[in-house]
Amino acid sequence: MASPTPTDTAAHDTSQIPAPEGSITVTVRVLRFNPEFDDEPHWESYDVPALPTDRVLNLLINIKSYVDGTLSFRRSCAHGICGSDAMQINGVNRLACKVLIKDLLAKGNKRTTISVAPIKGLPQMKDLYVDMEPFFEAFKAVKPYLIAYGNEPTHERIQSQADRERFDDTTKCILCACCTTSCPVFWSDGSYFGPAAIVNAHRFIFDSRDEGSEERLDILNDTEGVWRCRTTFNCTDACPRGIQVTKAIQEVKQALLFKRV
Amino acid sequence: MQFHKYDVLIVGAGGAGMRAAIASATESGAASPRTAVLTKLYPTRSHTGAAQGGMCAALANVEEDNWEWHTFDTVKGGDYLTDQDAAEVMAKEAIDAVLDLEKMGLPFNRTDEGRIDQRRFGGHTRDHGKAAVRRACYAADRTGHMILQTLYQTCVKHGIEFFNEFYVLDVVLTETENGPVASGAIAYELATGEIHIFQAKSIVFATGGFGKVFKTTSNAHTLTGDGMGIYFRKGLPLEDMEFYQFHPTGLAGLGILLTEGARGEGAILRNESGERFMERYAPTIKDLAPRDIVARSMVLEVLEGRGAGPEKDYVFLDCTHLGEEVLETKLPDITEFARTYLGIDPVYEPVPVYPTAHYAMGGIPTNVDGEALRDNDTVLPGLYAAGEVACVSVHGSNRLGTNSLLDINVFGRRAGMAAARYAARSEHVELPDDAAETVEGMVQHLRTATGGERVADIRTELQQTMDSNAAVYRTEDTLKQALSDVHALKERYGRVAVHDKGKRFNTDLLEAIELGFLLDLAEALVTTALARKESRGGHAREDYPDRDDVNFMRHSMCYKLLPEQKEENAPLGLTGFTSDIRLDYKPVVFTRYEPMERKY
Repeated sequence: MASPTPTDTAAHDTSQIPAPEGSITVTVRVLRFNPEFDDEPHWESYDVPALPTDRVLNLLINIKSYVDGTLSFRRSCAHGICGSDAMQINGVNRLACKVLIKDLLAKGNKRTTISVAPIKGLPQMKDLYVDMEPFFEAFKAVKPYLIAYGNEPTHERIQSQADRERFDDTTKCILCACCTTSCPVFWSDGSYFGPAAIVNAHRFIFDSRDEGSEERLDILNDTEGVWRCRTTFNCTDACPRGIQVTKAIQEVKQALLFKRV
Repeated sequence: MQFHKYDVLIVGAGGAGMRAAIASATESGAASPRTAVLTKLYPTRSHTGAAQGGMCAALANVEEDNWEWHTFDTVKGGDYLTDQDAAEVMAKEAIDAVLDLEKMGLPFNRTDEGRIDQRRFGGHTRDHGKAAVRRACYAADRTGHMILQTLYQTCVKHGIEFFNEFYVLDVVLTETENGPVASGAIAYELATGEIHIFQAKSIVFATGGFGKVFKTTSNAHTLTGDGMGIYFRKGLPLEDMEFYQFHPTGLAGLGILLTEGARGEGAILRNESGERFMERYAPTIKDLAPRDIVARSMVLEVLEGRGAGPEKDYVFLDCTHLGEEVLETKLPDITEFARTYLGIDPVYEPVPVYPTAHYAMGGIPTNVDGEALRDNDTVLPGLYAAGEVACVSVHGSNRLGTNSLLDINVFGRRAGMAAARYAARSEHVELPDDAAETVEGMVQHLRTATGGERVADIRTELQQTMDSNAAVYRTEDTLKQALSDVHALKERYGRVAVHDKGKRFNTDLLEAIELGFLLDLAEALVTTALARKESRGGHAREDYPDRDDVNFMRHSMCYKLLPEQKEENAPLGLTGFTSDIRLDYKPVVFTRYEPMERKY
C-alpha cells in the first residue's frame, strides 16, 4: 500500500469531550478513510483531553462519542485479551487498550501527538477497520486444531508438565494480527502465511498429544511457508501477549530441517 | 435485503454458542443439520476469552471430591434459589465437559502425574462446607481464553459456517394455532449496512450478558444484552434479573478482572490496616467465600472507614507472599494487568481492588435442554438459549466462580443437541410477511433522525445511576432513584440521533441500538430489585438485610407489557419506551437440599 500524503485537515471542535481534573491535551492524528465518500486516506487531527493513565482506546472512544461518530474502529474487552483493537500507534503495531498515554509522553511533556493508523498489509475498509478475512484464512490453512488418531481415551490424555510447557508460549495467541501485519515479508507478499499462522501451527506441532505435525510441516514447507521469514523480529516486538514469535518460527524451521519435533 | 435458510442458527460465538454449534453439527445424531453461527464480533473476540481462573468439575485428580458436593456448593452458593435438578445436571456433566475439552486439545495445566491439575476456588468445598477443595481445572489464568480458542479451533476443524460481524437485532416468531413458534432471526451486516433474514428451524441464543449497564465492570464494550433485550421486547419473560454479580476483585477504579484463582492460590484480601478482614465475615473459608459475601464485606470495610488509598475507597489484594514464580506461571495475565494499568507489581506490592459488575445470574428462562420458556413452564418451540443470556437456573441468586465456564459448556452442548434434534423432526415455519419490518424501521429511523440527544450522554448517565443506586447494596430509595433516572433516560432516548448516516461499518448506529437494549434491561433489573424486599445472594437490600424464604423463595419473572399498537414516538424500540412491567413469580425446584442459613 502506498503511503498516503499527510494532509491534515483543520482542527476539530473537541470542546464537548469531558475533561477530568488533571488532564492534559493530546493531539490524536488518525489516518481516516471512508470509501463511501473519500478517494484516498487522509489524516485528521483532534485535540483530546486525557489523563496519563488513559488508554489510547479511551481517546478514540471520546472522539467518536463527542466529536465525530463516523470514526470507526474495532474494540471489545478493552484490556488486551480479545485482540480487536490492533492498530499502528506512532508507527508500531499495538493494541489501543494496552497503550497508556503516560507511556507515550516524553518526560515532563505536557502535550504530545499520537498518530493512529490501521494495521498494514490488509485492505483498509473504513478508518481503522481492515479486512480480517485473509488473516483468518491463513490461520485456517495450517490446520490449527488437534489432530489425533485411534480411539479416544476414557479419561484425559496424559501429558507431562514438561511436555505441556513445551508449547505454552504459543497458546497465548489472541489472533489480533499485530505480528503478521508488522512483517515486511507479509507487506510485500500477502500470500505469505505470516507469523500468526505459524505461531498457531507451532502450538500444535509441539503439543505431545498431537499427531498432525507432518501434515502441518508439509504445508509450512511450501513456498509461502516458514522459509519466507527473514528474522526481522518485528513480530516479536509487536506481540501484545509477549510471545517469542520469531523463536517459534525458528523452531518450526528447525523441525523441518531435522524432521523431528 | 438478503435471505438465508438454515436448519440450526446460533446467535453468538462465545463459549456457549460455539459449544452449541459443535454439538449441533457433530454430536446430535441428527443427519448433519445445516448449522450457521452469527456473531457481532469475530469468534475469538468473544468475552469468554476474558475468563481467567478455571472450570470446576469433580475429577478428584488431586484430592477426594464428587459431583454431589459440587451440586451442594452450587445450591448453597446460589443462596438456595438455584433449581436443584439443574444444578445436579451441571455438576454431573461437568466431568465429561472438562474431558471433552481436553480431547479437543485444551492445554490444561497438569499434575506431577500428567493429569489435569485442579486449584481451589470460592465456595467450592469438600463434604458440604468442611474446607476448600481443589476442583477448578485451569490453564494458568487464561482458562477462558483457552476454552474460546479450543472451541474455535474445533469449529474450524469441522468447517462450521460463521457470519462474522453480523448483529442479530430481532428474532422472528410466527403465530400458530399452538401459540408462537420461532422461525428466524434478523441480522444487520456491519460491513455493508445490509439487513439479512435468516430462516431456521431452531435458533440458539448465546449472546452473553449486559454488564455495560454499569460503569465499573469487567465486561467488554460489546456486552449490551442484545439477546435478552430482543426476547424481552417480544413480551416474553426474563427471570431473576435483580441478581447481578459483582466480582470482588476488579482493579480499583477500572473494573478489570483479577481472578478469584489468585485467592485460590493463596492471595489474601486486606483492609487499610493490613487486617485479613474476611476472617471476620467467613471464618471457615475466609477469602474463598462466595463472591456475593466477599463483595459485600469489601463494601462494608470501605463504608466503615477501613478502606485504603487517598479516598479510602478500595481494599488490597495481597499476593506478595505467593512469590514471583507462582505469579509468573499460574497468574501471569493478572500480574501483567496490575503492572500495565495501575503500575503496581503484585510480586512486591498489594493491588488495589474493588467489586466490579461481572455477571447476570438472570436471563431468558430455559429448561435443562436450553429450550426457552414463554411463561413459567411453556416451551417456545424452536427457540433455545444458553450461557449468560440464559437462566436455567443453575446459579440461583449468586453464581460460584468457574461455574460460568462450566455452564456454557454443559448447557451450550445441551442446547445445541436439542436444537439439532428438533430441527431434524420439524419443517421450516413460514415467516410472516413483515419479518424484517421492526429492524428496518429502527435502522431507517437512525439514518434520518435529527433529535438532539447523544448516545454517549445517555449511556454515561445510565451507567452512573446504576453504579450509584443499583450495585452491591441497594435500598428502596436508591432503587426508586435509579428507576426514575432510567425512565427519564428512555424518554430522552426517543430523541437520540447519530452522526454517522452511512452504510459501511456504522458502529455509531449500532451503539444507539445497543443502548436501547441496555435501557430496557436496566429497567427490568431495577424493577425486580425493588419488588424483592429481602437480601439474598447478589441482591443485598440495606432496608431488608435478611433472607425471607416465606415470601421470596421464588424466581422473579419480569414481562414487558406491550402496548395495543406501536407508539408513534417510539421508532427505535419494538414496543416503545414507557411500557409498564408486569412481575410474576415461579417456584424454585428442590430435590435434596433443604434451605439452611448460609455460613462459610
